[in-house]
Amino acid sequence: MGLRNFFDRIEPNFEKGGKWERYFPLYEMVESFLYTPKAVTTAAPHARSYIDMKRIMTYVVLATVPCILMALYNTGYQTNMAIADFGASGWRAAIIGGLGIGFNPANPLANMLHGLTYFLPIYITTLVAGGLFEVIFATVRKHEVNEGFLVSSMLYALILPATTPLWQVALGIIFGVVIGKEVFGGTGKNFLNPALTGRAFLYFAYPAQLSGDSVWVPVDGYTGATALAVSAADGMQALAGQGMTWWNSFLGFVPGSMGETSTLACLFGLMFLLATKIGNYRMVVGCLAGMIGFSMLLNVVGSDTNPMFAMPWYWHLVVGGYAFGLVFMVTEPVSGSHTNTGRYIYGALIGVMVVMIRVINPAFPEGMMLAILFGNVFAPLIDHFVVQANIKRRAKRHV
Amino acid sequence: MEDLISLAVKAIFVENLALSFFLGMCTFIAVSKKISTAIGLGISVMVVQSITVPANNLILGYLLAPGALAWAGFPDVDLTFLGLISYIGVIAALVQILEMVLDKYFPPLYNALGVFLPLITVNCAILGGSLFMVERGYDFTESVTYGVSSGFGWALAITAMAGVREKLKYSDIPDGLQGLGITFITAGLMAMAFMSFSGVKL
Repeated sequence: MGLRNFFDRIEPNFEKGGKWERYFPLYEMVESFLYTPKAVTTAAPHARSYIDMKRIMTYVVLATVPCILMALYNTGYQTNMAIADFGASGWRAAIIGGLGIGFNPANPLANMLHGLTYFLPIYITTLVAGGLFEVIFATVRKHEVNEGFLVSSMLYALILPATTPLWQVALGIIFGVVIGKEVFGGTGKNFLNPALTGRAFLYFAYPAQLSGDSVWVPVDGYTGATALAVSAADGMQALAGQGMTWWNSFLGFVPGSMGETSTLACLFGLMFLLATKIGNYRMVVGCLAGMIGFSMLLNVVGSDTNPMFAMPWYWHLVVGGYAFGLVFMVTEPVSGSHTNTGRYIYGALIGVMVVMIRVINPAFPEGMMLAILFGNVFAPLIDHFVVQANIKRRAKRHV
Repeated sequence: MEDLISLAVKAIFVENLALSFFLGMCTFIAVSKKISTAIGLGISVMVVQSITVPANNLILGYLLAPGALAWAGFPDVDLTFLGLISYIGVIAALVQILEMVLDKYFPPLYNALGVFLPLITVNCAILGGSLFMVERGYDFTESVTYGVSSGFGWALAITAMAGVREKLKYSDIPDGLQGLGITFITAGLMAMAFMSFSGVKL
């Protein structure tokens, strides 16, 4: 209990009147990260629940673990595959060479380790840059540094391609934290998903690196196209020619942003979120229904010039960021709709929009990020109309 | 028919007057505090827009364009330099009529809109709609479609904005940003979400 004693000893310095009073948020962040928060409600009414903010956010981070493991493995796997043709260079190769592990794509340990050398710098940059601004805002505005940032930073790092330059990583998360969240007052008060806001900012600011046309495998000289770009250009048959089968996409052994390639890993996360009731199943059902319904409609309509019309729904499910967005972004309680009926509509809107952007909009090969942001914008309006309809219905009952 | 539908979709989403051209910002930001008022203003803008664009199209086609006065015996006259002033005149007259109608039949909406109703006259979205019509050379049916759908797009944008702002009532915005500041940031973020349509070719 030495650590607890240490915290108890230094705590008075951070409380009101203490000499480090201004840095209380910093102290509070470290303390509540390590121990259960002590603060309880003192005045009635008392609601007893084991779910507090810390637990919700920790559960979401836990749910991303399969995706993280898959991100490490797949990033390393894709890179090692490409290295076999193009050769290795740079500091990462030096580290791995120094450890004597090698670049054999059939060796899981080598893949994991190589993936780690890509994921870790991006994740650390995210934590440092975003965390710095969290702490600045918390100190100046005297609110707590929230566990919400742990989730945002993890999701943000997972939806970035491994090739993103680190200064862009920092810029994106700072935009996401400050403009997407802190100017509205911090966690729970934003109307857009902060991680996605940062990602979308990068997407529009640096389209050359981050638009999602060509494949993100961090080896010089390697070029290719993502599954969505291939099928947009040459149709579904071309996918098989590139060695991208449905099972490969489902399991996640395809190039893409780090954490979002594996639908299977996302499904594990989804099961965990639904079982702990952190994620609301209504949004997931709505989003699946919207996506399946609209893509089937487009299959029926058909098109001679645009091969994307023919993409069946089970392909839409496994390619790009659909599964990751569905599990971790659509279910986010703050920026989504708050009414139960509204959640179905909100989900369906996103599902329809993602297919619409992928198929009809030639400018963007992937649409999940923009579809969710679009859904976020309309979520409060959906709630408003659901509430109004409810008021009308009940008023009719009691004339 | 198909090109009319694609024109409508384009005017509502792809080339949304408020969120991709940033026209009509003064009313967009000032009257988006409540959803009900925003819907009222949105409908008013839609009504005005769907009458003025076709009306101005007729004026252009039969009075102002080069050779348009041939029916009156002046085939060489070109009055296009009178364009701006005539469009504004039509808009002003229509808004005046709309104001009288609202005052008579929907007094709550009339009171809620207040000074912003006459200000529709100088709403750049309305004049912008007419000028786009001239620039892109729409014919009469196209300008009816364009008027209705661009007005609808603007109404959709302001309603969504009001929804977000009602939600932001519960947020804790820094002092310096309260009011207009945060509204501009919100409008910018919404425009980013509407970027999902940019590039759609119909």
